[in-house]
Amino acid sequence: MELYLYIALFAPLVGSLFSALFTATPKASITGYIASGLLFTSFVSSAILLNYVMGGHTVHVEMMTWMATGDLYIPFGFVVDQVSVVMMMVVTIVSTVVHVYSIGYMDHDKGFNRFFAWLSAFVFSMMVLVMSDNFAGLFIGWEGVGLCSWGLIGFWYHKESATWAANEAFIMNRIADLGMLIGIFLIYWNVGSLQYDVVFAEVGNLQPVIITWIGIFLFIGAMGKSAQFPLHTWLADAMEGPTPVSALIHAATMVTAGVYLVVRANPIYDLIPNVGIFIASLGAFVALFAASMALVNRDMKRIIAYSTLSQLGYMFVAAGLGAYWVALFHLMAHAFFKALLFLGAGNVMHAMHDELDPFKMGGLRKVMKGTFVMMTLASVALAGIYPFAGFFSKDLILEVGFVEHHYVIYTVLLLTAGLTAFYSFRLVALIFHGEERYKLFGIHPHEAYKFMLVAMSPLLVLAIIAGSFKMTYYQLVINLLPSTQYHIHSATTFWIMTIGTQLFVILAILFAYKKYSNWNSVPDGTSKMEKSFGYKLLWNQYYIPKIYDEVFSKPYLELSKIAWKQIDLKIVDATVDAIANAIYKTGENTRDIQNGNLSSMLRWMVVGLVVLMTLAVAFNVGYNVFGA
Amino acid sequence: MEVTLTHYLVLSSILFAIGLIGVMRRKNLLMLFFATEILLNATNIGFAAISHYIGDLSGQMFAFFIIAIAASEVAIGLGLLIVWYKRTGKIDLDQMNSMRG
Repeated sequence: MELYLYIALFAPLVGSLFSALFTATPKASITGYIASGLLFTSFVSSAILLNYVMGGHTVHVEMMTWMATGDLYIPFGFVVDQVSVVMMMVVTIVSTVVHVYSIGYMDHDKGFNRFFAWLSAFVFSMMVLVMSDNFAGLFIGWEGVGLCSWGLIGFWYHKESATWAANEAFIMNRIADLGMLIGIFLIYWNVGSLQYDVVFAEVGNLQPVIITWIGIFLFIGAMGKSAQFPLHTWLADAMEGPTPVSALIHAATMVTAGVYLVVRANPIYDLIPNVGIFIASLGAFVALFAASMALVNRDMKRIIAYSTLSQLGYMFVAAGLGAYWVALFHLMAHAFFKALLFLGAGNVMHAMHDELDPFKMGGLRKVMKGTFVMMTLASVALAGIYPFAGFFSKDLILEVGFVEHHYVIYTVLLLTAGLTAFYSFRLVALIFHGEERYKLFGIHPHEAYKFMLVAMSPLLVLAIIAGSFKMTYYQLVINLLPSTQYHIHSATTFWIMTIGTQLFVILAILFAYKKYSNWNSVPDGTSKMEKSFGYKLLWNQYYIPKIYDEVFSKPYLELSKIAWKQIDLKIVDATVDAIANAIYKTGENTRDIQNGNLSSMLRWMVVGLVVLMTLAVAFNVGYNVFGA
Repeated sequence: MEVTLTHYLVLSSILFAIGLIGVMRRKNLLMLFFATEILLNATNIGFAAISHYIGDLSGQMFAFFIIAIAASEVAIGLGLLIVWYKRTGKIDLDQMNSMRG
């Protein structure tokens, strides 16, 4: 089994290195095929490992020693247990699909080979992140995915906005990673080890205040990676990257790493329910906050990004309330249908020549049947209609909130579920129904390559049936996670809630269809709604990017200017210049020695002779007086 | 009064000092050669005196070598000096600055 572990882990790395060999050469289709093939190998290995783990075993290997000094011992160790194998399956399935899809999507791009090098490197980092058996390895993977995310957001580096978004994502994540690093240091300081099993066994013996700080700092790291408020702005801007990247990194895998961290560290968070409540409240807030911004946005990819943000909020609610298996389940289901939604959006973007405004589309269902069906079904799954995947995972989170008596959180999540359904179908209605507004812009849309649609189909199947794995999955992960069942005791309440939620969601969908499926014009900012305060607030993302700009970026720029003009120029540069000038002046003043006049040369020779003789005498005297 | 080693060494030092001042102060190339000869002979006196004092002939041998080398040096030096004088009509040291850096 160790062999399969290594294959699953290193196949993406091999694919990345292979593609990296061709980064400076023009497009070579082979890089796409090799990278996808290796990803598929990795997926098969993960599936074999899943089968093995379902038999009740786990695989734990120590590949080699990484750091060993004094009491510090950190190995490169990997573990395949009930939690990491679920993540491995999600990562490898989605990335295999995305790799194959990208062969078509990046077909005409000059950076084809470079794209696969980065994308496979990302998958490798993600595998390190989920498979590591200690916090240090997790951190390495954590930084690796951050780096690859930077490279892929800024993939079209000739675009100013793309490089800006890449840097924003990277810097925001650095801020959060500092918190996470402090958390890891605290763990090492108090426990003396970073191995999961040791830490989780010992953590109960620590003082509550220390556990609380560890939990808070680790969660700060999770907030950055999973783009929780107030570090959320980078996720929407990250949509500058190619769409397959958004599907893989900014929907299915990397952004869920924060949830994975909280789930993985469940023995720590179990001890600090107050932090858990905070996490859940923040999650509920972000769910509603992000969904509200998605209501008015006119950028297809940003709408889906806000939706991702909102769903991450759901996951944190579940994780914060101690329902770790529910969080992980929603993570899995969400990965499938959200990646599908993004890939569908990628097809639409290609068809519309990179147009992102859904108001300029309309009626595309006639020319893009396959994409239309897939995106509609993915939206249904996202909205949580029975029997799609979203129903099982999202309703479960609502039930968790209800059973745990957090009725405020429950209400917020219920409201968000309605908003989710509304904005998802607003998007679908605007893109695929109504009049063909794209004709005004002279665009001739066409369906994507057949094999791209075929590549997407596994995600479609999973988005539909993932809910039926619920009990199998539950039996699997309760080996490692708390096995609380969330049942509403009274059957009547249960049915009222379930049917009520379904009706609410369906009404939201119908409302969206009614309002947008017959849209016939491109809004130009003159309508009454667009002038209202609420619309402007949401349109400008609650003015948060602007506030960050005013409060952080601009003062920082001023500070940098002061540092430049006052400190750097007047102190650092001046010191260096003074040293250089002193040497220069010395040379200037001593060049008389070399004036070529024999007479003065002879005089200098005499001076040298006198100096040498004086020294000889002085040393001789000194030696006789003080010496041996 | 008996002449001792000290007297010879003092004589040698005085001659050396005269030669050194000559090297530093003189601008005439011919005078410079004279000063150099004085320097060399000052050391010769030192060598011979110390050689006699410690009863070792090596010092006197060195003195002979120095005399021979000084003779050849002067021969070459005077040859160059004559050529220089023929070319420029001067033997002033300050004029010789064609090697100026």
